[in-house]
Amino acid sequence: MIKAILIFNNHGKPRLIRFYQYFAEDMQQQIIRETFHLVSKRDDNVCNFLEGGSLIGGSDYKLIYRHYATLYFVFCVDSSESELGILDLIQVFVETLDKCFENVCELDLIFHMDKVHYILQEVVMGGMVLETNMNEIVAQVELQTRMEKSEGGLSAAPARAVSAVKNMNLPEIPRNINIGDINIKVPNLSPF
Amino acid sequence: MPAVSKGDGMRGLAVFISDIRNCKSKEAEIKRINKELANIRSKFKGDKALDGYSKKKYVCKLLFIFLLGHDIDFGHMEAVNLLSSNKYTEKQIGYLFISVLVNSNSELIRLINNAIKNDLASRNPTFMCLALHCIANVGSREMAEAFAGEIPRILVAGDTMDSVKQSAALCLLRLYKTSPDLVVMGEWTSRVVHLLNDQHMGVVTAAISLITCLSQKNPDEFKTCVSLAVSRLSRIVSSASTDLQDYTYYFVPAPWLSCKLLRLLQCYPPPEDGAVKGRLVECLETILNKAQEPPKSKKVQHSNAKNAILFEAISLIIHYDSEPNLLVRACNQLGQFLQHRETNLRYLALESMCTLASSEFSHEAVKTHIETVINALKTERDVSVRQRAADLLYAMCDRSNAKQIVAEMLSYLETADYSIREEMVLKVAILAEKYAVDYSWYVDTILNLIRIAGDYVSEEVWYRVIQIVINRDDVQGYAAKTVFEALQAPACHENMVKVGGYILGEFGNLIAGDPRSSPLVQFNLLHSKFHLCSVPTRALLLSAYIKFINLFPETKPTIQEVLRSDSQIRNSDVELQQRAVEYLKLSSIASTDVLATVLEEMPPFPERESSILAKLKKKKGPGALPVSELEEGKREGGGELNGGADRGNDMSAAASNASTPSPSTDLLGLRSAAAIGSAGPSTGSLLVDVFSEAGPTALSSGVNDEGFLRDLEPPTESSDSLLIEAPGESDSEDSAPPLPESDELLNKFVCKNNGVLFENQLLQIGIKSEYRQNLGRMYLFYGNKTSVQFLNVQTKPVEPLVEGGAQVQQVINIECLTDFSEAPLLNIKFRYGGALQNITLKLPVTINKFFQPTEMASQDFFQRWKQLNLPQQEAQKIFKASHGMDIELLKTKLLGLGCALLENVDPNPENFVCAGVIQTKAQQVGCLLRLEPNAQAQMYRLTLRSSKDTVSKRLCELLAEQF
Repeated sequence: MIKAILIFNNHGKPRLIRFYQYFAEDMQQQIIRETFHLVSKRDDNVCNFLEGGSLIGGSDYKLIYRHYATLYFVFCVDSSESELGILDLIQVFVETLDKCFENVCELDLIFHMDKVHYILQEVVMGGMVLETNMNEIVAQVELQTRMEKSEGGLSAAPARAVSAVKNMNLPEIPRNINIGDINIKVPNLSPF
Repeated sequence: MPAVSKGDGMRGLAVFISDIRNCKSKEAEIKRINKELANIRSKFKGDKALDGYSKKKYVCKLLFIFLLGHDIDFGHMEAVNLLSSNKYTEKQIGYLFISVLVNSNSELIRLINNAIKNDLASRNPTFMCLALHCIANVGSREMAEAFAGEIPRILVAGDTMDSVKQSAALCLLRLYKTSPDLVVMGEWTSRVVHLLNDQHMGVVTAAISLITCLSQKNPDEFKTCVSLAVSRLSRIVSSASTDLQDYTYYFVPAPWLSCKLLRLLQCYPPPEDGAVKGRLVECLETILNKAQEPPKSKKVQHSNAKNAILFEAISLIIHYDSEPNLLVRACNQLGQFLQHRETNLRYLALESMCTLASSEFSHEAVKTHIETVINALKTERDVSVRQRAADLLYAMCDRSNAKQIVAEMLSYLETADYSIREEMVLKVAILAEKYAVDYSWYVDTILNLIRIAGDYVSEEVWYRVIQIVINRDDVQGYAAKTVFEALQAPACHENMVKVGGYILGEFGNLIAGDPRSSPLVQFNLLHSKFHLCSVPTRALLLSAYIKFINLFPETKPTIQEVLRSDSQIRNSDVELQQRAVEYLKLSSIASTDVLATVLEEMPPFPERESSILAKLKKKKGPGALPVSELEEGKREGGGELNGGADRGNDMSAAASNASTPSPSTDLLGLRSAAAIGSAGPSTGSLLVDVFSEAGPTALSSGVNDEGFLRDLEPPTESSDSLLIEAPGESDSEDSAPPLPESDELLNKFVCKNNGVLFENQLLQIGIKSEYRQNLGRMYLFYGNKTSVQFLNVQTKPVEPLVEGGAQVQQVINIECLTDFSEAPLLNIKFRYGGALQNITLKLPVTINKFFQPTEMASQDFFQRWKQLNLPQQEAQKIFKASHGMDIELLKTKLLGLGCALLENVDPNPENFVCAGVIQTKAQQVGCLLRLEPNAQAQMYRLTLRSSKDTVSKRLCELLAEQF
């Protein structure tokens, strides 16, 4: 079973956290910090598995992770999962993100957090793998988008208009959104 | 077309996020977040109904804030309201909020359940999937109560869409995991198994996780899944890489599903049906063959997917452990991976080989890779991989390669990562002991261990080396010489000082002939370390000094001088001060005879399972130990120097209880050591306390049907009430029920500690016991009354055979944890003239053994008597005298009981009153007793009052049988 899925960047800023076992909020943050600490100090070409941190279950659990450009994708799993299988699953997830966002980068994950959650939901449910076929996952996501669009069409238009107008009056809105120190990089999907 | 178009993002959200990202300091960020939280709160509270778009935007903002690590304490209600919306987008965001932010014990669950119920009934597959996701992600008990009946129906209904089936399968799995009692097996179970045949691979993928979990818990009910899984696997494995289209991943057909199918098969033994088995073996061979084919793609994903299947296939082969051919092929394959350039594969190969090492068929094959593994330990850059290499070396170690492996592990220790040092130390210590052919090697190894990694050498390790040195005459001189040399290093670890102090104190005389290690030189060497050591070590050294006075009278003035110095005799530490005072006094007033008796060499420690092993088990968890421990015992039979076979059996007892550590394994392990150890610093004893820490004696008997074997089993109902350090492998099926007369035999010992417990034509068992506070020590003497040998006696603490007319002795240490009424059982098995003798007796340990007498005046007595006035605190019996009413005899018996017999307390001089305190680890129970004889009627009235009802009752029962 997958106990948790954590995505954070090279500085340890969480970009997505999903726990399939309950932990209190502050514990979740501690686990993220500990996991980042464990994973980030490892070279890029060492192996992708290591024993779980003390907070998330110790040696009964494994952290299986991949490092793509600016982001770490970490899955915490128990012994019932195949290590290489999970590694492939991470790849499937990232490739799916890449298809859905067209050249996904860290910013997509930041500004479309909800979408990322929905995509993940099509892959993993309650800690177990739901689907591994990328086309099927993308089809489900597209279906969702279509439904959103159809609902958005008429009923959402007035609200959009109103909020657009409101926004125009707000002087402090920056013209172009400063993305700070973040490096927009396309995840490297070829073998690393 | 991308599935998510970027243009329709929420502008407000984007602005908020970029604001946060532009914050220069943590304070600014918190300020901005609080501002936003206030804004959202007011929006939610406001009278104006929010449109779907705004709700979605605000919920997304909350999710973002949560991700940054801030608690979200509102918005839950709004999220719940979104669930009942008819719009997909609103529902979706509502469900997302809930599955991320609502924990399973939220009060809102009932409302959420309501919404879920509606969505499940909606027959809209998208809504159903959302609801099922939510159940699976929250997975609370209330949800299980509400939906455990409904979901199986959805899962097996003919008209359910595939995507809903997938979700339903995983949802049911989650509920089964959280509340197995609520998921009732029924008609649906057989249909679930057939989902393995489903056309839609996604459905199979989801269903197989469910079936695997259900099979683990109810293997019989799901047996049919084996043949279905084999045929499904066979179809995938033999398919061309294009057959499965979408489920082909980098030219590998359905890798995930194949892995899961192979995992499922690992829940069962090899199929019995020849055809099914044949097909499966064919599959496994195909998988092994494919590994040798040239890769269809250079991409790492291709090889990952292919090898994921390969590793699962190898696990299955190891699990079956019945096909020598496949096992050897698997081993060769792993051997190739050991040198692979992919670190992941090396890691996994080391891990798999660890389990492979435990199979009889492949143990030798695994051993051929020893050089590669040692090389991995030395050269791998990744600590995870090095750790696996160390595990594998441990697993593949046997008598033939022990010296090499131990040497390599020792040299690795010098540079090992801090995180794995302690475990490495334990492993080296275990291997060194287990495969020691000559004990000087063992001593060298452990001393090296202390030298290299002293900080990581736990107490168990140095206790153990001392136990072994004490028990083996042949190594004592060598040990003394070696520690003496080791102590000469300018900086040596404190653990080395402890071992050195202890061993020189015992056996320094063995090397005193050499002028370079004359008594004074030894003493000065030890004392030069004294000031650098912690209090417990100093205490140990003081004990070593007094032992020196006994061993070498010429050192007496020097040592007395040291003891007399202010830094000892006025030491601020009470333990050190007391030792100094007592030892000084002892050395100056006791005659040499007395000294020689008090300071006699330590008697051998009874053999027991190494506490180091227990420590490693505890560290790694029972399941994590390599199975080779078990196998070792099997393979090597009784050939071990240290009773390896015994240990093998201990381990199997432990492993069979792997999930919940059984009380018996605990008894052997650290808990008992700690229990006795903590009782150590009792003030009265001189040396015993130091040494008792090192030698919590426990007995361990070999399980051997042909042997002479004794188990001590605390009766089940009181197993936690009395801690007997008994062998872990007590096997109740094998023991006879207690003899009918065992109660009567037990009663003989209520008022006395020594005597004959049992006697028949063959065997006599004598008992000597002594008790202090809540601790006791019992010596059992087994006498062979016949003129022939009891052969093949396998017990550790006794000699391997009992000569005709001879006796062997066994020591049991006892600690009373809390009050109890059932006596522990003693099971004795031995072979006489071909027939197995099996006797079970009650061990004469009764609660009154832990009495401490209390003297008190009449007034006090009656005041306390009155305080204990609750009806349940009193137990009373009136009974006929069965042994006459001799007053002196009565007094002797009452004194033998252990409490104080109080004179001049009862106004009636005929009556007897006694007082005492029962000492248990958990508590002390004060007891008062009154015995009123009626000489005319030849009757007694016995009344007991104590602060604990069970104690009064039990004492009353015991005593009523005595007069």
